[in-house]
Amino acid sequence: MTRYVIGRLGQLVLVLIGVSVIVFFTMHVLPGDVATLLLGERATAEQLVSLRHQLGLDQPVVVQYADFALEAARGDLGTSLRSNHTALADVWTAFPVTLQLALSALLLATLIGVPIGVVAGTRAGGMLDNVLMTATLFGVSMPIFWLGLMLLLLFGAGLGWLPIGGLMPVGLDAPRVTGMTVIDSLIAGRADLIAASLRHLTLPAVTLATIPLAMIARVTRSEMLATATLDHVRTARAKGMTERRVILRHILRNALIPIVTVIGLQLGLLLSGAVLTETIFSLPGLGRLMVDSILSRDYPVVQAGALFIAGVFVLVNLLVDLSYGLLDPRIRRS
Amino acid sequence: MSAAEAQAAVPVRKPGDLRRVLRRVSAKVGLLITVIFLLLTVAAPLVAPYDPYDQDLSSALSEPSAQHWMGADQYGRDMFSRVLYGTRTALLAVVVADGLALVLGCAAGLVAGFFGGRTDAVIMRLVDVVLAFPYLLLALIIVAALGPGLTNSMIAIGIVYTPQYARLIRGQVLAIRHADFVRAARALGASRVRIMLRHVLPNSITPILVMATLQAGSVVVETAGLSFLGLGAQPPSPDWGALLADGQSYFLTAWWIATFPGLAIFLVVLGFNLLGDAFRDHFDPRRAS
Repeated sequence: MTRYVIGRLGQLVLVLIGVSVIVFFTMHVLPGDVATLLLGERATAEQLVSLRHQLGLDQPVVVQYADFALEAARGDLGTSLRSNHTALADVWTAFPVTLQLALSALLLATLIGVPIGVVAGTRAGGMLDNVLMTATLFGVSMPIFWLGLMLLLLFGAGLGWLPIGGLMPVGLDAPRVTGMTVIDSLIAGRADLIAASLRHLTLPAVTLATIPLAMIARVTRSEMLATATLDHVRTARAKGMTERRVILRHILRNALIPIVTVIGLQLGLLLSGAVLTETIFSLPGLGRLMVDSILSRDYPVVQAGALFIAGVFVLVNLLVDLSYGLLDPRIRRS
Repeated sequence: MSAAEAQAAVPVRKPGDLRRVLRRVSAKVGLLITVIFLLLTVAAPLVAPYDPYDQDLSSALSEPSAQHWMGADQYGRDMFSRVLYGTRTALLAVVVADGLALVLGCAAGLVAGFFGGRTDAVIMRLVDVVLAFPYLLLALIIVAALGPGLTNSMIAIGIVYTPQYARLIRGQVLAIRHADFVRAARALGASRVRIMLRHVLPNSITPILVMATLQAGSVVVETAGLSFLGLGAQPPSPDWGALLADGQSYFLTAWWIATFPGLAIFLVVLGFNLLGDAFRDHFDPRRAS
């Protein structure tokens, strides 16, 4: 097992190297001059040359990459061209916002999606199954940037039940500990902060949860159906076991591996979705930081953000694979 | 894998398959939606009551009415006409981006699966690296490097979706490269390229079609997403994502600007998903059973 984990972590390093190559060369080889972008069209030739030299852009690209890789290995991913903070510091500040959003969306999607899939799977072909599956198909087909706007229109602007953007109301902030407003509010132990942070999180989380929820429900249903026909389920029923126990202990438990896989794979979708969700709800998360950095060609932050996201993505996939051992004793033994 | 098993792994195309797929209500609805949007793509100039670029400041931000069925935007442009013309951009994105992904992915998958060894290892590691990025993020990076615009956003989406096809085709090649008909072709002296293009590729058409249909909906959403972020089609182009971005600025006062383009995206994606689901369920023996 240890050897397996070490092997997978080795793969993670390889993937990160690959990601760094792709991002670095995409940002450097393709058209567009960073120096012109930073100094503006009116900059003199001398100013441009000087800045290029200062940023190391006058070196061959391969040399630039080698420098970057060496520094990155030491944990230095450069300095943001906009904020003057280290690129990693900017990424690290924005990450908790995205993490809170993604985790709350994943929690919502799992807590609602799995029961919907179980209910639909145990009533396959019935009216309720058809209604639920039609609803999930609508969910999968929903462009979330549109859904977000519609929810804002209805619950924010129309009914006035929820705020229309931001992490917290202006002038109300919990002391920063984790960077996740709900957790920080809990740590501060103030009911008004907790309520405000949850109210601000509700619409973005619901928006981001829609597609994963629909996907989890659909996979749960199809795996429930596939498992329900197996011999051990028939035996359990023949022994007179209650239907509830058969569903929970014998069908759902055995259908869990593909369900957990899908839940884990949603992370990529959530990070992609976070870019749009954070834009709509004006949240200062990693997705928004990446878009702003790309638009302003702040390539140290783009590189740091891309490496960070790819690393998180691969690590989560590893955790999903390791969780199989917990769910299935046969995998644990092998 | 034995030759018999290999052949069993290949989906068999039977005459009348398409008719059987379309017997399902969901497939019929999906096909109907897709066909309607295809027709609108062609007939947009005939159906649209106004030129999508015509500004009429006296109608700026006017609500949906008999004159402007979907209202008018901040410049008084007719939203119905703009949404109609947006169909063209959306379906063009499907053809270009999905087509590019299909061609690049099939080529990479065929080469990796057929040559195996180091070629396979290099191509598949590259595929792994690309898959380590969330889709939209990689598309953002590529489009940022190429420069904002509809063509570049379609190229970016095409590249992002390439690994899916590469993996699919590589799997197909591995499944059938030892099949009798491939061995027979090799014995007859057929070149590797001929075997790939004349024997392996045609036998993988079904799963490719299923994937292309399922991806089409995602391509529409991702292209619109890039435009929404300001990296795809640029104003005043009547692109659904760009229209939505316009609508975001006015959503408190003019709900219709964001509502109708989003509804159009939703319907097209729903159509492709219904059709793709039906294809997948029909051709996947595990699901069919």
